[in-house]
Amino acid sequence: MKIAVTSRGKDLQAQVDPRFGRAAYILVVDTETLAVDVLDNSENVNAFKGAGIQAASLISDKGAEALLTGHCGPNAFKTLEAAGVKVVNDVQGTIEGAVTNFKNGRYSYAENADVDGHW
Amino acid sequence: MLISVASGKGGTGKTTVATNLAYSLGSRAVILDCDVEEPNAHLFLHPDMDTTEQVWAQVPEVNQDACTLCRKCVDICRFRALVVAGKSLLVFPELCHSCGGCFEVCPENALNEGRRELGQIETGHSHGLECVTGCLRVGEAMSPPLIRKVRAHVRPDKINIIDAPPGTSCPVIAAMKGTDFVLMVTEPTPFGLHDLILAVEAVKVLGLPHGLVINRSDMGDEKVRDYAQKENIPILMEIPYDRAIAESYSKGKLIAEMWPEWTDIFQELFQKIQSCLA
Repeated sequence: MKIAVTSRGKDLQAQVDPRFGRAAYILVVDTETLAVDVLDNSENVNAFKGAGIQAASLISDKGAEALLTGHCGPNAFKTLEAAGVKVVNDVQGTIEGAVTNFKNGRYSYAENADVDGHW
Repeated sequence: MLISVASGKGGTGKTTVATNLAYSLGSRAVILDCDVEEPNAHLFLHPDMDTTEQVWAQVPEVNQDACTLCRKCVDICRFRALVVAGKSLLVFPELCHSCGGCFEVCPENALNEGRRELGQIETGHSHGLECVTGCLRVGEAMSPPLIRKVRAHVRPDKINIIDAPPGTSCPVIAAMKGTDFVLMVTEPTPFGLHDLILAVEAVKVLGLPHGLVINRSDMGDEKVRDYAQKENIPILMEIPYDRAIAESYSKGKLIAEMWPEWTDIFQELFQKIQSCLA
């Protein structure tokens, strides 16, 4: 399956970006092959409003079924929920480590947004 | 006639000038409180309010059965209020600016007219003076649409006085645009001057006749007067820095009510505005 991970860099050794909507990059990773699709999120980084909503729509369009990130606000969560994308919060470390933890079932999915809007 | 009372800096005395001017003109005037984020003219005029109207912004609502996810509405919305998530179109009404573009481009008629509350408008009267107050809903971020609705209460046969919000951003422009005269209130301090210059630049862009009231005029320095002279902005009135005036303000009393000679001074201010426009 494909999962999206918010990232400070463009490869699997980069650190997870704790922000979702305004993350520097979002990597869509195939959990079987570890093939990476790098999404440049710079347009959303500088968005006045609605960054999380746009990022959520973007990863859904790319076929991600789950999102690994630091925190997720209410509008982003609502969009992800509608798109059927599961959310894991409080993810830290490298992208590769996060993907491995995910495959090993170490994470549980969030049931709600964990921060307010404009976090 | 339509006079807006504005300032760059907050707390310079816009409401003091607007309410006293309106009170002094009495039944010839209407006061419209367009500082909708924190309206306060009523604290000094104590009007009896007799009507309240809710004001709404038009926002889209999605008929998911009719929507084909063509994204034409998503593409036209520069405020990103619409988004496709999986197999559904979502609306975030708080981001919508009510431009109506999405309704225009939808080929399936899949958007229905919904609404978001902007706030309310109260109308009433005080000593024969008509009072209109806009009050933005707590949590609402957009005040210009409500300000325009307050301005819809302008009476062409009267002297309409708009108490504008402070600053130089969209709400102020919404309150000043198209008025016959902008009465700018400032204080003779570095902050007052700095923000006055910004406000004057905005007024010039709008091409509106304007004049100055200097409040707390015997404090600070001469730089506001020097600036007014250099820019050819008439100083129409000065209000001294006076403890008695501050005390009456703190009790919600008008200067013109406490000291009737000020009624004449504010009526003169109106005559000076008329002369500026002649």
